[in-house]
This record gives sequence, C-alpha cells and structure tokens, in this order.
Amino acid sequence: MKRVYNNRKFCMDCKLCEVACKTAHSKSGNIVKAYKFEDPSPIARIRVEGNLDDSMAIQCRHCDDPDCVKACITHSMTKDPVTGIVSVDQNRCIGCLTCVAACPFGCIKPADVVLKCDLCTARSNGEDGMPACVEACPNLALVFVDSEVE
Amino acid sequence: MMDLTIPKYKVLRDDGDCIRCGVCVRQCSYGVHEMDEDLNKVIAHSKECVNCQRCVVMCPTDALTIIRNPQSDPESVVYNNEVISDIAKQCQTGGVLLAGSGNPKPYPIIWDHMLLNASQVTNPSIDPLREPMETRVILGGKPGNIKIDEANHAIKTPMKPLRTIKLPIMFSAMSFGAVSLNVQKSLAMAAEELGTFWNTGEGGLHKDLVKYKDNTIVQVASGRFGVDTEYLNNGSIIEIKIGQGAKPGIGGHLPGEKINAEVSITRMIPEGTDAISPAPHHDIYSIEDLRQLIYSLKEATNYTKPVAVKIAAVHNCAAIASGIARAGADIIAVDGFRGGTGAAPIAIRNNVGIPIEYALAAIDNRLHQEGLRSSVSLIASGPIRNSADVVKAIALGADAVYIGTAALVAIGCHLCQSCNTGKCNWGIATQRPDLVKRLNPELMSERLVNLMHGWSHEIQEMLGGMGINSLDSLRGNRLMLRGIGLNDRELNILGIKAAGE
Repeated sequence: MKRVYNNRKFCMDCKLCEVACKTAHSKSGNIVKAYKFEDPSPIARIRVEGNLDDSMAIQCRHCDDPDCVKACITHSMTKDPVTGIVSVDQNRCIGCLTCVAACPFGCIKPADVVLKCDLCTARSNGEDGMPACVEACPNLALVFVDSEVE
Repeated sequence: MMDLTIPKYKVLRDDGDCIRCGVCVRQCSYGVHEMDEDLNKVIAHSKECVNCQRCVVMCPTDALTIIRNPQSDPESVVYNNEVISDIAKQCQTGGVLLAGSGNPKPYPIIWDHMLLNASQVTNPSIDPLREPMETRVILGGKPGNIKIDEANHAIKTPMKPLRTIKLPIMFSAMSFGAVSLNVQKSLAMAAEELGTFWNTGEGGLHKDLVKYKDNTIVQVASGRFGVDTEYLNNGSIIEIKIGQGAKPGIGGHLPGEKINAEVSITRMIPEGTDAISPAPHHDIYSIEDLRQLIYSLKEATNYTKPVAVKIAAVHNCAAIASGIARAGADIIAVDGFRGGTGAAPIAIRNNVGIPIEYALAAIDNRLHQEGLRSSVSLIASGPIRNSADVVKAIALGADAVYIGTAALVAIGCHLCQSCNTGKCNWGIATQRPDLVKRLNPELMSERLVNLMHGWSHEIQEMLGGMGINSLDSLRGNRLMLRGIGLNDRELNILGIKAAGE
C-alpha cells in the first residue's frame, strides 16, 4: 500500500504538514477559520517530533498487524483488507483510549472519539491523491510512495 | 556604544490572517519573529530583518509583508539613510563593511539597452518546434585550419581537448564553504542532467561530488584550496581564477566559523582556521607566469583537459584577454561588475570593475583583430539574468555564459545580500546543518533543470525569430543587435548600430 514516509535528513521543523493536516481535517477546510474560529478546534493527525537540528514528521503507519485494531474493545478500529488503511468508525468509538495506549508510535489523537490519520481518503475520494501533509511539505521531507519501494 | 543605525525594514503582520502556527518563528535564523505567549501574538523584531523573505514565502496564510522602513530620509540627496547607516555601522565597529551578492547600485544595465532583430518577409523565421535548432556549444581552442585524411574519413590536424555542452549556459564558480554542499549537489545533478558544467569554485571537490566529474569544472584559485593531482583529474575542465566581477583585485576570506569538518577536508586546511585567498596568485606576476601555471596544469593532466582562465571585467581587460589567449588558455571567462559573491567589501563591490557587455565586446574585438579568437572560447557572466541576456551575450561574441546568481535565485535566493553572515535562511550561503538541510538537492536540481529548459526554449524561439538555426550563426553576429538609449561612443565600443539604423 502507499504510505507517507518522512525523510529526516530534509525535515526542517517548519510544521507546515501539521498546519495542512489540521486544515484538511477541519469542517470549513479554510486555514484561518480552522485555526481561529472553529470550535472544537480541529486536531492535526500528524506531528513533527524533534527540534530545528533534528526533526521528523510522524503519523499513523497503517501497520500490517496493527496493535490499535487488536486493542479496540468496540471493533471500531479496523484495517481495510483492500486498501490497508487503518481507520476508526467515529460512530462506534466510545473514547476509551485503549488504542491510544496501544499505538507504539503515539499516533492516535485522544479526543471524545479518537482521531487518526486517514491518508486524506475523504479529501482525495480514495484516489491516489496526495495527502495534505505531503502536498504541503516544501522540502520533499514527506513522500507518499508504495511501501515496497521503501 | 549607542547603536545609531535604524531598522532597514519593517515586518508587517496581518493579525487577522496570522494563525500563530509559528512557521516564521522557526524559519528565521536572524531571530526576527517571536511567539509571545502572554499576548498570544507573534511579534517581530524588525531591526534584525535582512529581507530574505523566507518567512513571507513560508507563511501558510500570506500574513506577512516586509516593507522598507518608511522612515524619511534627511532632506538631502547626498546623505540619505543608506549612506548614514553605513557610516553609523562603521563608526561603531571600525571594520570594513561587507555584503554578499552583486553590485546593487543603479548603474545602467547595458543588456536592457540592446534589442534583438527578427525576420520579416525577406528571410523566413524558423519555428523551433518544427525544425531542428542547434544549441550545442563546443568549448576549447579550435585549430585555424583542418587537414582531412579523406581516405579514412579522419582529421589529420592534432586537436586540442574540446568539451561539448548541450546549451550555452554553465553554472559559475561557487565554492563549498561559501555555499553549502547541498547547493553544489543541486548544481552538479542539474549539470549532469542538462549536459553542461558546474564549477567547484576554489573550495575543492567534496568526495560526494566526484561522481559528477564529467560535468565538473575544477577551479584553481590563489588560495589553492583542495588542489592536488587527483582534484585536477576529477574535473573535465580546469579553471584558473584570477579575479571575480564582484571584487576585482582582491582576494577572499572565508571565516573560520564556516570551516567545519567537511569544508576542512575538502579545502585541505585545518578545521576552524580562516581560509584566506590572497589577492594575486603569488606565482603569477605576468602573462609569462600565467603561461607557466596553465602548462603546469596541462602537464599534470596529460594535456587531456581544456584550461580556462577567469578574470574580472576591468578597464583594460581586452589586452589582458589577449595575453591570456597567448599564454595558452583554451577558454577565457570574463565576469562583469554585477557578478555575485559570498562576501565582498561593499566599497569594492559597488565601485570596481566595468559592465560585462562592454568588456565582452572589447575582448571579442581584440581577439578577432589579433587572429586569436578561434584559439579560445569566451564565456561571459555577471549578470546573466534571463534567456535574452544569453542571446545578447552570444551575439556580442560569447561562446557561452556562466550563471551564478540566477541559479541561486532558482533554488530560493531572494537577494538579501547577507551571504556573509552565514545565516542564510534558504540554506544556500551557510554551513549551519539546520539551515543547509532546507535545500533538498533532489528538488532544487529539478528547479534548475526546469529553468534551463525554459531558457533553452526561449533561446531557440529568439534564434528562430532571427531566421537562425544554430548558435554558431549568432556568435559575434552583432548585426542582430541594435542599441537604444546609448551614445555613439558606447555603440562604437559595443560594435552595434542604433535602433532605426
């Protein structure tokens, strides 16, 4: 499957990926409204770890054998057998946060119901469109490629 | 001591658009932007701003604008704020004022006083999309005549080493140390893809770049940094640097802070020591001495590589170029007074040298008069800003051009002229690892390739418009140029007619 990979060598800690993610997952889809007016404020699913000297962006790895799916007590976290995308059914999630604890990458965001990277499937209608974070990265430090290539 | 300078720029932030994401804060190496948690605002220290525009470009909501500080100048055209600020800085430090980039002063740009010709009716123009168009250039000394072995279809005349470039544009010398390794990687990758050359500058050749040797010009300058036989043989052309347009007559000084482990190994000097290039080559005090160095380099590389000599455009450059041709050089590069630099004394950068257009015309004339023109190739630079400058340079007599600043602009440079600070936010003129990594060579080489493809198309269109299908037919073809807004003397030097003639 196609995943988002980071290139630590060229990540410069600008965090534009976070800005793009937050905007892409906002109600309005407008950057200023997403940041300043929407309530609750949308949450970025990607985060940049590190500092100016050494940083990298990380989001859900869409693991082959995801711990979060195994940990989910309501079966709302599932891995699509065709696309490989791990997603959470917002209507079933009860916000117990077991998945948050189980994720080895710390990539599930706690909220009333948990939030996580959906590879911008809603945005790209499931096509091979670039996720917002990859599109926003000014230095090719995020790429969207087939896992096998990596 | 009280600081008498006033902020040169003012950073304006549209608070309605600012989302407090902090990109500007993290991207500015000059510490202009600061997140004030108490005010829940990003504030700006405008005095630190050098107008590199990194924050303006990176701001995701376009909330930032940098303007020149509207502070009124004194009621004097003689002592304006810039003059006062220079004096203020100098009386506080006692030092030489330094700046990067090229001469920014409002001297005339002669390229913009020349117009190109086009065909109408009597000879048809050519459509480069439908007909072949030759943009290839062969660099090096060509024989005066050729003897051919007709039976074997071979050339009997011994040929000097020649190099072919697919388009008449090369990347000019920018040393590792002055620019970051990622800049050189970008240039080298682009040069390889484009079939042209990049130039190491005087800072040696980093081991990661040896694989681009077929597209590399290795430079030998007065400091002789990084020069040994291996280095010479790792280049396809060897260039002796006598001078550069931004600072004719003076040497270079790369401060110790920029000499990190990598630069130190590549330059073959101890880490942290200043890299000082003397003003002259101390073994070259005459054309005869230059000949010795040219032939030493040829000897060291077994006469397999063309040797170029680069000089700054100065008052008597035509006579000097004649001497260089007689000294055995295969290529002469001339850098005009608008050429760029990583650091130069402002007094020199702004006041020394002459425009490349005049120098080029004068040198081409002189070499023709003395029957030397075919023995050398002529490269012009400083400034070549666009494809029209390239075409005009070739019509004035150049074989090819070097671009430096234009290439840097393609990879992010915004001409803030602060290269000498070592804090380049674009990752170009810096060795700070957190800044250098802002340049991804994969992306940047693509930008350079795109730019060159764009120029190449435009050059072909302009050639086609003139009814010419090869650069060779344009070279020195000054009838294709007409001057506008130039006086008789200037037209005479350029060897062109006035528009309407």
